[in-house]
Amino acid sequence: MRTDQTRVRVLLAALAALALTLGVAACGSSDDSTTSGSTEGGSAGAIQSNPDNGKVSLTIGSKNFPEQEILGEIYAQALTAAGYKVKSALNLGSETVALKAVKTGQISGYPEYASTALTSFFGLEPEEVPADATEAWEKANEEFEKEGLEAFEPTPFASANAVGTTKETAEKYGLKTVSDLEGVSEELSLYGSPECPQRIDCKLGLEELYGLKFKSFTPVDIGLRYTVLEKGEADLSILFTTDPQLSAESDKFVILEDDKKVFPAGNVIFVTTQKVAEEAGPDYEKTILQVQEGLDLKVVQELDARVELEKETPKQAATAYLESAGYIGS
Amino acid sequence: MNTLPLASFGGAIEFIFTPQDSNVTGGNKVGGFDKSLELVLKHLEVTALALAIALIVALPLGLYLGHRGKGELFAVGFGNAGRAIPELAVIALVAVLIGVGLKTVAPALAILGIAPILVNTYVGVRQVEPATVEAARGMGMSESSIIRRVELPLAIPTVMGGIRSAAIVILATATIAPLAGVETLGDFIINRNVYGENGLLAGAILVALLALAIEGSLALLQRRLTSDGLKVKTA
Repeated sequence: MRTDQTRVRVLLAALAALALTLGVAACGSSDDSTTSGSTEGGSAGAIQSNPDNGKVSLTIGSKNFPEQEILGEIYAQALTAAGYKVKSALNLGSETVALKAVKTGQISGYPEYASTALTSFFGLEPEEVPADATEAWEKANEEFEKEGLEAFEPTPFASANAVGTTKETAEKYGLKTVSDLEGVSEELSLYGSPECPQRIDCKLGLEELYGLKFKSFTPVDIGLRYTVLEKGEADLSILFTTDPQLSAESDKFVILEDDKKVFPAGNVIFVTTQKVAEEAGPDYEKTILQVQEGLDLKVVQELDARVELEKETPKQAATAYLESAGYIGS
Repeated sequence: MNTLPLASFGGAIEFIFTPQDSNVTGGNKVGGFDKSLELVLKHLEVTALALAIALIVALPLGLYLGHRGKGELFAVGFGNAGRAIPELAVIALVAVLIGVGLKTVAPALAILGIAPILVNTYVGVRQVEPATVEAARGMGMSESSIIRRVELPLAIPTVMGGIRSAAIVILATATIAPLAGVETLGDFIINRNVYGENGLLAGAILVALLALAIEGSLALLQRRLTSDGLKVKTA
């Protein structure tokens, strides 16, 4: 009996030791305020249907997330309006799958981010990607041409990482650009994806190129990037420029302008093959460039919001954009 | 087209000890011994904390229910249901409710550990010979000393079995902690873009080694705790 007691004591002691490792954590501040509004942008000029195009069949692809599907729909509907026979394949998975589909002729073309094309297809490191959209496009196009491909000119909007915060925090510290963080970032906590601390187009770039130091960094799933701001845990959070929340809740969240261009140019370029471009005739490129003119950041945020927050289909959102900008009749 | 090279065992071991190049860091090295050690310690901390919470909840409850011979449906039912909880969903839910960090991750992981400890403790105590308990009662022992001095010692092998399962499942699942604010070895595994295939394999190897180490030390603890009489019987 005595030895049993000792054993129980050893167990209890082990338990106590484990229990002692218990610790607690806590966090601080921030809320929201009001103001702001938004409108659809875009340039006029309805797409003219050209009967010659009826002989050409095109298949427009996209990767499998809402923003890509919306873009795919916009291009597909616009090309239909221009008289082409258009099919769509809007669920191609990753860029590797999509590019392969273009090369093998399964699809005629699809929208890709210039930064993704350069880093993931051509092995550039993120800091080698030009921050200027035209430069990035030219660089990508050079590489594409070697493989019989072609990329059309970039969209006005760019999809990239961005330092985001609540309107309240931005007002409190007078933050408009990332450079405004100088001198205050030591007091602010930064939240981002688990890989952010080691990425030059994320925290590492903010530290090395802006010379910023943060009070702390906490890794979180990207699905929580707004939650941590909303709950006041994070002072700063890494967001994406085209996030629908930025238009739908523009009274709550703001992004800081990347004035030193750490985040590479994520403008969309339409990738196709030279063969398809030739066969489809001049209206192919013309139509695509025409309808993407109205795609500035605000418009894309709103289109993303329609699909991700208001549960419209990408098709509905695309039609709404094309109609309100006057590209197709309603 | 650049494709990541496949992981190699040698590459992974090298990654654990020496910092390596990465595609996305603008020339900064990643991995290496200091980083590995930091993540191993954090991983152990999270695991220990979650296991402690699980023990505090499940052990007394299992002992009590087992002693009273009540709540079999609850203990075993909850235990089995507990194994089916999708942990990622729990962490996501708790993160939205109370935020991220150790205070979210540890309780969420503890849920995984409660199930095996509760079931094994309950079953272990129920398996004690009723005659032994009667004898103890006849000697005038109080109910609480019967639990502490008769039932628990006799149930130790089964209880420890539950604790060992709990420790391993918590340790393995702690790899998702970087999604909720705690940098564990999951960092190497989740961030393939940064650490590459070798980093992924290195993370997996380290987690496996930790699992073996914990299993080994808990087995030793179990030998130490098990009464000599029981050892003779099972030997």
